[in-house]
Amino acid sequence: MERSTIIAGFGGQGILFAGKVLAEAALLEGLEVLWIPSYGPEMRGGTASCTVIIADGLIGSPVVDRADHAVVLNPPSLHKYEPLVAPGGLLVVNTTLIEAEPTRGDLEVLEVPCTAVARRAGDDKLVSIVALGAMIGRRQLVQRDTVHQALAVILGGRHADMVAADVAAFDAGYETGLEMVIA
Amino acid sequence: MTSQPQTGDQDVQLAEGGRTVYRRPLLLSNPTSYCPGCGHGIVHRLVAEVLEELDLGHRTILVGSVGCSVFAYDYLALDAVESPHGRAAAVATGVKRYRPDKVVFTYQGDGDLAAIGTAEIIHAAARGERFTTIFVNNGIYGMTGGQMAPTTLVGQRTTSSPLGRNPATTGYPLPVTEMLSLLPGVAYAARVSVASPMLVGKTKAALKRAFEVQLEGRGFSLVEVLSTCPVGWGMTPTEAMEHLATDVAAVYPLGTWVDRAKGVAPAMPLTMEAAKAVAGPAVHPADTAPEA
Amino acid sequence: MTVAQPTRTTQPTLIASPPGTGGEASPLPQRILMKGNEAMAEAAIAAGCDAYFGYPITPQAELLEWMARRMPEEGRVFVQAESELAAINMALGAAAAGARVLVSSSSPGISLMAEGMSYMAGSRLPVVLINVMRGGPGLGSIGAAQGDYLQATKGHGHGDYRVPVLGPSSIAEAIDLVREAFAIAERYRTPVILLADGILGQAMEPVSPNFEALAPSTPDWTLDGADGREPRVVKSLHLRPEDLERHDIALQAVYEEIEANEIRWAGEELADAEIILVAYGTAARVSRTAVQRARAQGLRAGLFRPISLWPFPAAALREASAGARAVVAVEMSAGQLVEDVRLAIEGKVPVFHHGRMGGMVPTPDGVVGAMRQAWAVTDGGAA
Repeated sequence: MERSTIIAGFGGQGILFAGKVLAEAALLEGLEVLWIPSYGPEMRGGTASCTVIIADGLIGSPVVDRADHAVVLNPPSLHKYEPLVAPGGLLVVNTTLIEAEPTRGDLEVLEVPCTAVARRAGDDKLVSIVALGAMIGRRQLVQRDTVHQALAVILGGRHADMVAADVAAFDAGYETGLEMVIA
Repeated sequence: MTSQPQTGDQDVQLAEGGRTVYRRPLLLSNPTSYCPGCGHGIVHRLVAEVLEELDLGHRTILVGSVGCSVFAYDYLALDAVESPHGRAAAVATGVKRYRPDKVVFTYQGDGDLAAIGTAEIIHAAARGERFTTIFVNNGIYGMTGGQMAPTTLVGQRTTSSPLGRNPATTGYPLPVTEMLSLLPGVAYAARVSVASPMLVGKTKAALKRAFEVQLEGRGFSLVEVLSTCPVGWGMTPTEAMEHLATDVAAVYPLGTWVDRAKGVAPAMPLTMEAAKAVAGPAVHPADTAPEA
Repeated sequence: MTVAQPTRTTQPTLIASPPGTGGEASPLPQRILMKGNEAMAEAAIAAGCDAYFGYPITPQAELLEWMARRMPEEGRVFVQAESELAAINMALGAAAAGARVLVSSSSPGISLMAEGMSYMAGSRLPVVLINVMRGGPGLGSIGAAQGDYLQATKGHGHGDYRVPVLGPSSIAEAIDLVREAFAIAERYRTPVILLADGILGQAMEPVSPNFEALAPSTPDWTLDGADGREPRVVKSLHLRPEDLERHDIALQAVYEEIEANEIRWAGEELADAEIILVAYGTAARVSRTAVQRARAQGLRAGLFRPISLWPFPAAALREASAGARAVVAVEMSAGQLVEDVRLAIEGKVPVFHHGRMGGMVPTPDGVVGAMRQAWAVTDGGAA
């Protein structure tokens, strides 16, 4: 098993953080994981992205040319990463910022108004955690409880007061993804 | 006369009524191969005398440089490391940071320090590195054949300024000691000269003070020694000394620019007091780290 | 992440207590996520690095930042130098004084360190230098690249010297190689380069928090003041050509010893491979995925991964590829590694090159395509 996820959006949307949460959850489940950020000037205000590869064995390429999942939070990211998703892969689209429709017919598309969901959950800044929740709810890449643990590990200490809000945002996203499955 | 010791051997018996007027320092190991009238030999002897008088020879590390003094480690019986051209201040930083209990000094000429090594000397001084720099300024590249240096006097003919140094295209002599004296990290900075026996005595006193400042852990210490290059200058040794005492000294005034422990320091753009008012007193790792 | 105290011991250093050890710390997970740059820095600390000198440059800045915090905590030397030129010369000074020294930079900064490396090689001074490579030439890009292969293995400074070069392809391997690099540097009194790249530096992977220590060495040539002994001089200047030639011959003897003892490589799926990929570092990981995809499509592919880039595992590669139809060097550069591959194979098997440059990285499908092309233009006659 090897599953790759690309998360992309504007710098400041919590892209790298969402990837770290996924990576930490995979680690807690005893899986191999590789987290690769985009780095450098483009992080400051421009487009940010990260790739998380999870496997039950040795991980190969850090460069993903056939992503199993892509989470796109802004219009340029949809344009850039939709073509990289493998046939049958999952594309999570943040409809709060993205008006354009995905063009491919061979993907599973999950449209989530991330800002609205995040606001309902209590903090409208946590869009990337909502989107991560939707993806995991839909594809069950890691367990919901493990993600809660991962948030506690990553935010513990300095940002311990943030854990509850992030868990709420994640759960709201997770439910969104789950609902789509049931429907 | 024959009873006078020619070497550092202290056991030589003097004839009755004899008196030692000169003793070659023990730390001065081999005869130098400097040109007649060159000042390096004088400065080497002074360094050896000072280290011996302060009893530091056994715990001193010399950081050499590139230029006529590249073989300083052959003449001074000290542990020594050679540096790439201009990098002595960086090398000395590495030595002193790892061995803060040792006495570390660089010995650099003006091509090495004031041209290719400008960045390294400025930043070592700015960081207040606790080593001593002996900067022998003879205003020329001696080893490579007498080319113009940043310290060359205006109008001076060299092999790379054949019509004389033209400030319109090559600028003016670089006043290293004045420039560095503006930095709070500099605890001691003096310019001295070997132009006369009296000035040689003052040079020795400055060197001694610089090493004392290092031993006290006060910061960076610098002694700029104005020196001669009769061959490069196209002069006899006597003419060179006269030139040093007059024309060179007119451009490079002698004196102690900084001796912070004694309250000697020029007005600075940023005083240590102002910096401390913002950030509080600075603590050096060498003052807090356990013995290695 | 908690950081335990002593590191200058022969015991493994813990940056987090492993489970089951009791102790005051509560049980922590067996593995932790670490960024490559930070893991390499901590590995150096665990290996007993006494002094670090560096200068900020993307994509290695986290290594400098980690050392800025951790080295003072350990009571060791950290200096942010005014340039890479100064950093390598601070390393020269500290190494001459007997310190175990690390410097790190990325490609443009390594060019500035070239002078110092030549001096340190000539002066027989150990140092470990990490190059987190980015795209070049010039200011280039900050993307991950391998365009410094020739510089690292054959180039940098002037003169007749060599420097061992190690190319890790995962963070866990980088941790081990940092320690081995110090061991090699001190065993042979030479600079050693760890050739990483921007992806390895920036990525996070799980690592075991037990970073092994390296016993301190007790050299008899370091400078600490000539107290009760003859003065020592650390230098590279030998003005008489006869003397310098003697010195250079002695250096070459050291390099022969390194070539005999320090070859490292790994192979995957080589036994029946018809097409063999040769790649190191991040390119090797891309190649691993390409091998899996090719095999799924019925193409018998294998991966030969040099870990020591100098000395290059030439004999091992020649042997591994003896029955192959073609060999493809995969690199994030314009055909640098492939030169060593060709030298190793001595024309016995056709050798091809597949590379991307400037911070672009080959994709697994791109590599599979290169393999198919190599297959198509060869007839298997060599096999």
